[in-house]
Amino acid sequence: MASRNINVWKSVDKVTIVIYLILVLFGWISIYAAGYNFDQASIFDFTERSGKQLLWIGLSFLIAAVILSIDTRVYEIYAYPIYIGLILLLVVTIFVAPDIKGSHSWLVLGPVSLQPAEFAKFATALALAKLFNSYNFKFTRPLNFFKVVMLIVLPMLLIVMQKETGSALVYMSLVLMMYREGMTGLVLFGGLCAILYFVVGIKYGDVLWCGAPLGEIWVLGIICVVMVGMVWFFADNKAIARNLSIGYMIVAVVVAILQWVGVELPMLYVFLGVVALSLLYLLVMFFLTFAPRLLAVAAIALASVGFLFSCNYVFNDVLKPHQQMRIKVLLGMEEDLRGAGYNVNQSKIAIGSGGFWGKGFLNGTQTKLNYVPEQDTDFIFCTIGEEEGFWGSCLVLGLFTALILRIMVIAERQPRPFGRVYAYCVLSIFFFHLLVNIGMVIGLCPVIGIPLPFFSYGGSSLWGFTILLFIMLRIDASRSEHF
Amino acid sequence: MRKDYNLEKRKFVIAGALLVVMLIYVIRLFSLQVGDNDYKKFADNNAFLRKMLYPSRGFIYDRNGQLMVYNQPAYDVMMTPREVLPFDTLDFCETLGITREQYDRRIADMKDRRKNPGYSSYTPQIFMTQLSARDYGRLQEKLYRFPGFYIQNRVLRQYSMPIAANVLGNIREVSVADMERDDYYQRGDYTGDLGVEKSYEKVLRGVKGEEILLRDAHGRIKGKYEDGKYDIPPVSGSNLTLSLDAELQAYGEKLMQNKIGAIVAIEPATGEILALVSSPTYDPSLLVGRERGANYAALVQDPYKPLYDRAIMGMYPPGSTFKPTQGLILLQEGVVTTETSYPCSHGFIAGGLRVGCHGHASPIPLIPALATSCNAYFCHGLRAMIDSRRRYPSAAEAFEVWKRHLVSMGYGYRLGIDLPGEKRGFLPNSAYYDKYYGRNRWSALTIISIAIGQGEVLATPVQIANLAATIANRGHYFVPHVVKAIEDSVISSEYTVPHYPTIDAHYYDYIVEGMRMAVTGGTCRLAAIPGVEVCGKTGTAQNPHGKDHSAFMGFAPMDNPQIAIAVYVENAGFGATYGVPIGSLMMEFYLNRKIDPSRQYLEDRMLNSNTIIYSGVKKH
Repeated sequence: MASRNINVWKSVDKVTIVIYLILVLFGWISIYAAGYNFDQASIFDFTERSGKQLLWIGLSFLIAAVILSIDTRVYEIYAYPIYIGLILLLVVTIFVAPDIKGSHSWLVLGPVSLQPAEFAKFATALALAKLFNSYNFKFTRPLNFFKVVMLIVLPMLLIVMQKETGSALVYMSLVLMMYREGMTGLVLFGGLCAILYFVVGIKYGDVLWCGAPLGEIWVLGIICVVMVGMVWFFADNKAIARNLSIGYMIVAVVVAILQWVGVELPMLYVFLGVVALSLLYLLVMFFLTFAPRLLAVAAIALASVGFLFSCNYVFNDVLKPHQQMRIKVLLGMEEDLRGAGYNVNQSKIAIGSGGFWGKGFLNGTQTKLNYVPEQDTDFIFCTIGEEEGFWGSCLVLGLFTALILRIMVIAERQPRPFGRVYAYCVLSIFFFHLLVNIGMVIGLCPVIGIPLPFFSYGGSSLWGFTILLFIMLRIDASRSEHF
Repeated sequence: MRKDYNLEKRKFVIAGALLVVMLIYVIRLFSLQVGDNDYKKFADNNAFLRKMLYPSRGFIYDRNGQLMVYNQPAYDVMMTPREVLPFDTLDFCETLGITREQYDRRIADMKDRRKNPGYSSYTPQIFMTQLSARDYGRLQEKLYRFPGFYIQNRVLRQYSMPIAANVLGNIREVSVADMERDDYYQRGDYTGDLGVEKSYEKVLRGVKGEEILLRDAHGRIKGKYEDGKYDIPPVSGSNLTLSLDAELQAYGEKLMQNKIGAIVAIEPATGEILALVSSPTYDPSLLVGRERGANYAALVQDPYKPLYDRAIMGMYPPGSTFKPTQGLILLQEGVVTTETSYPCSHGFIAGGLRVGCHGHASPIPLIPALATSCNAYFCHGLRAMIDSRRRYPSAAEAFEVWKRHLVSMGYGYRLGIDLPGEKRGFLPNSAYYDKYYGRNRWSALTIISIAIGQGEVLATPVQIANLAATIANRGHYFVPHVVKAIEDSVISSEYTVPHYPTIDAHYYDYIVEGMRMAVTGGTCRLAAIPGVEVCGKTGTAQNPHGKDHSAFMGFAPMDNPQIAIAVYVENAGFGATYGVPIGSLMMEFYLNRKIDPSRQYLEDRMLNSNTIIYSGVKKH
C-alpha cells in the first residue's frame, strides 16, 4: 500500500470546524454577558474575563493549527509516551499544586495556571486508540478488557487524588466507547437499571404503603418487568416471558381483589415472594433447557434485589447527613435553598426567568447580580437561558447534538480502529460533559463541577477540548492515507 | 481494514441515547422557561430592590394665602436585616445616642410581627425615626461602617403659627390598624391625626413613588434598573387653602385664653368657617418630632382636655340662643304672628311650674321677646303649639313637627363639617319622651324647658353658629367647612349646595329684627360696634357642672352679613358677660381689622379674665 500525503487543509472536516467556531464564539459572548457589570466594560478588555477568554481562544486557534499541521502518524507513534507524560504530570500536580478551593489540580506557572486533568483526556483517548489498534487485539479477551480498564482508571484515580471528582467521573463516560467496541450492552443496561432502582428506591423510601416503603415495592415491581423484558429480548425465550407475565397478571388481579375486599396484605412480602417464585421458575427452566442466558437473567434479577436493599442500607447508614441531603435535594424530596439546593435553585430561577425569547443580550439580572455561583464557568448555561431564553438554550443543545452526531459520522468512517476508538472517546467525553453540565444547571443531575465545553471560562478547559477535537480532525483528515 | 457491522449498529443506540437525553432536556427547559411563570417572579424578587420615594406632603394656607403648615426634613434610620454584617454596635449606639438595651429593644420590636406585620429580613425596615440634624450628620459620616443601615429622608410638619391645632391636626406614624385598613401604608409611614390632616389625608399625602434598584446576591446595590426607566416618581400632596382667617383665629384663641369653651365664626354666604376656636388649646408644633409621644401623652392627661375640639364636639344646652328657632317654628306653624303677645310675670307660671324671667314689659310680642330674651313668651308659645289639639292629633305628633323643623335647621344630626369627630348634639323625639314618661303621659308643660334651649336639647357650637349663618342668610345655609380650596381640585359639592330649612324665608326677617333689637336695646347691648349693624342673641345656659355657661350667637352687618358667630364660654355666667363681648370683638376684628378705642376696655377685660377657675376641674 502506497502512502500518500494529502493536503490537510482540504480534507479536514469543515462541518466540525464550523460548529466549533460557532460554539467558541457563542461561549465568548456568553462569558462577556455573564461578567458584564453594568459599567460597560468592553468585550475586548483584557482585565475582564471576556478579554482573557479571547486570548485563550486565539491561543487555541494556534494550537489547532499546530495540531493540524503535525503528521497524523506522530499521534499514533507517541500515544503511549504522551499518555505516560501526562500521567507523570498528574502525579506531580498532586504534590505541587496549591490548594485552590480544596482542589489540588492547578499547576501554577508564573502568571498562567494549567489544569493537567483537562489534557489527560486526549492523552487517555490516544492511548486507548493505540491499544485498540494493536495487532490482533480482541476486546472480548479478559486481559485486553483489563488493560483498557487500567488505562482509564489510572488517570481517574490520580484526578480523584487531586480532589477533582467531577473531572474524574468524566472517564466513566468511556464505557460508551467500550460499548461501541464490543463490550456487552448489559453493562450499560445494568448501569441504567442501577440508577433507576436507586432513584426510585430512595425517592419513595420514606413513603409507606401497606406497611413497607413504597420505593422498595416499586423497585421490586420494576425488577419483575425487567425480568420479563430480558427473558423476551436477551434470552430470546418468548414462551417463558409470556408465562411470567401471565403469572404476574394473575397475582395482580388476586391482590387487587383481596385489597378491595379489605384483606390487609404485607405487600413487601407479596412482591418478594413473586420475585422469588420467578427466580425459581427461571432456574427450573434453565435446568430443563440449559439456556445459559436464563441463568444470567436470574442472576441479574437476584443482584438487583441485593442492590436495592444494599443501597437503602448505604444511603441510610453509610452516607453522612450532608451527603444524604444533597441526594434528597436533587430528588426533590427536600428543599434546602440556602444550602445544598442554593446553586441549582438560583440557576433554575435564572433560566426560568428567561422565558421563550429571553431577556435580551446583557439584560439578564440574575447572572449579572451574581445570584448564580460559578456563572461564567460551570453555570455558564444560566446566562444563555436567562438572556437568550428557550430558543437560545435549544440552539446550544442543538449545536452540541450536531457536533456529537458529526463526531459519530467521523468515527464511523475511519478505516482503522485507531481513528474510530479515538473519535468515540471524544464523543463519549463531549456527551458526558453535555449531559452532566446542562443536567445539573437545569436540576436534573447532581451538581458535579465540570465545565460546558467551549462555553465555560478557562484556558485549560478550552485548550483541552480543542486538542481533543482537533487531533480527531487531524486523524480524520488522513483517513485515506494508508500505512 | 476490519469492520464489524454488527457492532456498527450500536451507533444507533448511542445516537438514540443522545437524542433521548436532548429531548428530555428540551422538555425540561420548556417547562422551566415557558411553562412556569413563577421563576420570573422569583428572579424579580431576587434582583430588584423597590425603594419607596416619599412625596412631599401638601402645604396648608389660610384663606388669605398665609402659609400655616409646611414641611421640614427628617431622617429615619433604616436597616435591611439580611444585609447587616457584624459591626461595632457600641459605636453605632453612641452615634445615635441610644443605649445597648434600647438598641436590642428596637430590633426586637422591629421583628415582632404583631407590631410590624410587614416585617421581612429582605426589605428595609425602620430602625429609628426622626433623627435630629446633628445626629443625622454624625451618622452619615460613619454610615459606611454599618452595612445594612441607611438613612431615609422623610418629611415632618412645621407650623408657622402656634394656632388652630384643633383644625390643622398633626401627623403621626401609622399604627397596625392603619396598615390593615389601607395597604397604602407601611410601617414608618405618616398619616394625619385629628383636624384636616386626618380628614384630607388622601389629598395631602400624595402618592408614594418607587425606585427600582438592582441588588446583587450579597445585597449590594448595583445601580438603577434600566437607568430608572421603570421608576415611579412620587406625586406631591395637594396644597390646602383653609377658609380660616389665621389672624382672626389667633385673636379668638387669645380672647379665649384662660377660659373653657369655643368660638365658631362662619362666612354666611359660603358656609366657610373663619375661625374655629376651642379653648384651652395647644401649640400644634408640640406634636412634631421625637417629643411627640411625651407631649401627646401629656395632652391626653390634661384635665382640661385640650385635644377635645369643643367647637365641634362640645355638646351644650344651647340656652337662649335656641329662642330664634322657636320663634321661627311658631311663626311657620301659625301658632303665633308677630302680633301675638304673651304675658310675662317675671316668668312663666303654670300650675306648680315656674320658669323664671327678668323684668321687662308684659305682655310682649315676638320681636321684643327675642330682644329681651323673655323665657315666658317661648314657654307660652311651645305650650300653645304642643297642646294644640286643633292643629295636631296628639302632643307626640306636634312634637315631631317641632323636631323636624329643628332638624332642618341643622340640629340633632352632624352638619357634616370636614373635620373628624363632629358630634351630633341631641334632640329628643316623641318616642324618647314616651319611653321616659309613658305614651300620652306627657304634654308641653312636661317638656317646657326645651322652649328655652334647656332640658334635653344639646347643640354643638358649630350648630349654633350655623343657625346664626342661616338667619344671616334669611333662610338657608351651607354646610360649614374649613377647607376653602384644594390645589388642582374642587371641594366636595356637599359644601357648595345651599340647604333650606323648612321655614319660609320671610319669617327670618322678624328674627333678624328681634336680634337687632337685642343689640340696640336688649340683652346684647355690649355687642354694638360703632358703624356696624350687629344682630345678636345671648344665651345663659344652666348646666349640671356649676356656674351657667355664657353664650352668644350673632352676625354682622345686619344687611349683607359678612360673619356669623357663636361663642360658648363654659361656667362663665351670663351670656352678656363673656359671650357677647367675645363674639362682638371677633366680629369687629374681622370686619374692621381693629378694635374701636371705645371698646378697648372690653378687649382688655376679656384678655385678662379667667373663668377656668369656675369650671370645677381641679388641675392641682
